[in-house]
Amino acid sequence: MAERLQARLAPEEIDKLIRGLARRGYQVLGPTVRDGAIVYDEVAGAQDLPRGWTDEQEAGRYRLKPGTDGALFGCSVGPESWKKYLHPAQVKLFEADRQDGLFRILGGPAPPARPYAFLGVRACELAAIAVQDRVLLQDKYRDPVYGSRRDPAFLVAVQCTQAAATCFCASMGTGPQVRGAADLTLTEIVNAEGHWFLAEADGDRGQEVLAELDRRPATDEELRLARTAVESAAAQQVRRMDTAGIRDLLYQNFEHPRWDEVAARCLTCANCTMVCPTCFCTTVEDDSGVTGDRAERWRRWDSCFTMAFSYIHGGSVRTSSKARYRQWLTHKLASWIDQFGSSGCVGCGRCIAWCPAGIDLTEEVHAIRGAVNHGNTDA
Amino acid sequence: MANAEIDPMMPRPWVVRRISKETPDTFTLALEPSDGGPSGRGGFQPGQFSMLWVFGVGELPISISGDPAEEGSLTYTVRSVGPATQALVSHGAGQSVGVRGPFGTGWPVAGAEGKDVVVVAGGIGLAPLRPVIYHVLRHRDRFGRLVILYGARSPRDMIYRKELAAWARHKDTQVLSTVDYGGVAWRGRVGVVTSLFKYLRLQPARTTAMLCGPEIMMRLVARELAARGLAAGDVYLSMERNMKCAVGSCGHCQWGPHFICKDGPVFSYAHIAAMLDRYEL
Ligand SMILES: Cc1cc2nc3c(=O)[nH]c(=O)nc-3n(C[C@H](O)[C@H](O)[C@H](O)COP(=O)(O)OP(=O)(O)OC[C@H]3O[C@@H](n4cnc5c(N)ncnc54)[C@H](O)[C@@H]3O)c2cc1C
Ligand code: SF4
Ligand code: SF4
Repeated sequence: MAERLQARLAPEEIDKLIRGLARRGYQVLGPTVRDGAIVYDEVAGAQDLPRGWTDEQEAGRYRLKPGTDGALFGCSVGPESWKKYLHPAQVKLFEADRQDGLFRILGGPAPPARPYAFLGVRACELAAIAVQDRVLLQDKYRDPVYGSRRDPAFLVAVQCTQAAATCFCASMGTGPQVRGAADLTLTEIVNAEGHWFLAEADGDRGQEVLAELDRRPATDEELRLARTAVESAAAQQVRRMDTAGIRDLLYQNFEHPRWDEVAARCLTCANCTMVCPTCFCTTVEDDSGVTGDRAERWRRWDSCFTMAFSYIHGGSVRTSSKARYRQWLTHKLASWIDQFGSSGCVGCGRCIAWCPAGIDLTEEVHAIRGAVNHGNTDA
Repeated sequence: MANAEIDPMMPRPWVVRRISKETPDTFTLALEPSDGGPSGRGGFQPGQFSMLWVFGVGELPISISGDPAEEGSLTYTVRSVGPATQALVSHGAGQSVGVRGPFGTGWPVAGAEGKDVVVVAGGIGLAPLRPVIYHVLRHRDRFGRLVILYGARSPRDMIYRKELAAWARHKDTQVLSTVDYGGVAWRGRVGVVTSLFKYLRLQPARTTAMLCGPEIMMRLVARELAARGLAAGDVYLSMERNMKCAVGSCGHCQWGPHFICKDGPVFSYAHIAAMLDRYEL
């Protein structure tokens, strides 16, 4: 691998970066503002980015507001994650037709027309992509739908210099510093001296793209500024997850009064699983034409919060909302470790902001832990 | 098309060769590969299951109930309990069924060699155990005694009735069955399957037990076997949960840390005894 390139870019270069990636055949996707939230969509140039916006998030609350610094990447994560592209909410698995009782498979899932380039992947999201890579590509079987999208994808990471009140990546060890493998990593700095980006690339793909931009080597002072800006995003985080012994903590507290307490608030709406960048559960449905000689099979996101999820003949296994919330939290934070060797939570805080009941998993874990470690009541 | 790599979600069409009625609601389907189709040979281990796709209706996990030594054919025994199983058993000979798999862990047939094999089944639960019975009878000298305990709701709900009678005539083979409700014409035993244990001479130190049936039944039988001195590591159970993919990615069949489709469906009681008691896990 080549030596790491660290360059300083003027903000105008982001527009050139987008166009350069498009010229290389990528569909460039990045944050845009729609209906009062950050959503990921195709970006043709820097004008499509949420310049000058920032966000305010709390348990059960999210809103965009004008920022003070004109930054391009001043918003932290919104309701969507990159899984909407890599592990689509619905995908046609195949089509078949039937004649005289015999059927034929006509075709499998189509990969996207152009490979994806993601612009503005946060550290927690890069960690979430690595988590889904492990589940969908590196287990006993490989999911070709995910693989055909993930393998060619070009990732432009952006390190956070501001954290939302819902973020807790620092305590999960997933951010705000980018640790995963991105092709290009940007850090946006707006200070008295001006507005500029630090761009870093380790691999050939990223360095080639970077070589096309106007740049100059970053100075030690600029590297230091970028590092402190990212460190300040860690320092700002008001939420944290105490992960010490968390697997055993949850396994041992299968029965705990807190599950009843949270079940009284949880609406089992499944929002938390839809916004979570690592939740991967799906169901499969048949769509058959009116004539009955054609059928399609579709895979769709599913959620462990629904009653149907655990249905077997005779009834559902998890009928109570208590059992369903417990399954979700225990899977995320405990059984995931047994299954895939890491936590299923990257600390992005989406499930906290987008829960209509304002349920906060860091608080739930804290409450369960509180009753176990007598006298330990600090946050 | 993602044809460069094998798509584990893509069924292969097999054709129904024969369909026979076991009970008023249970049928056995024998499938063979479609002409020239890339269906594979159909090899499997006793205890494994397939995902069977019914055109335009849905896909179901169904255990393979045939003889593992028979190549080029796959046999399933299906109880019609809802829309998809009803559609499956309504197939006629010559119609196609989509097959994926085989999936999952099998019964410990190799590990049971040299020992007595005790098979305990409830209702349709005899289907995934029939390949074990075929295997043991085919390799009779490799195993000790074969004991089959079978419980059904009523005499007319018993599957494989003729075979049960035939198996009982093999040497060193004991078949005991019971029903919950006998009716006037029934001259056999009445009672839950655990009531059959009093007729058994178990040699706990040299016995492997394999259980399949409703969860409550398996829980009681496993406890009974433990009480009679069988080590938990010599008792195996086949678990059922909702399954949409069978390749460990739909999430539905999770049971504690396990995905039943790939870590099971056959588990050692030693690994799951505590989990069996957890309601709504
Ligand atoms: C490993 C395994 C092996 C099995 N082996 C056999 C067998 O050999 N013979 C047999 O008769 N049955 C077997 N079953 C059970 C069988 O899969 C269910 O009875 C069947 O899925 C019920 O579908 P249904 O639509 O007919 O009935 P309903 O109970 O009315 O189900 C309605 C819908 O619920 C869903 N559903 C219900 N149960 C399941 C399930 N287990 N997995 C996924 N979706 C489900 C389906 O979408 C189904 O269409 C097995 C199950 C498992 C997990
Ligand atoms: S569980 Fe919540 S905080 Fe953790 S990764 Fe999922 S959405 Fe983000
Ligand atoms: S925790 Fe919140 S978001 Fe998740 S299902 Fe319950 S109410 Fe919905």
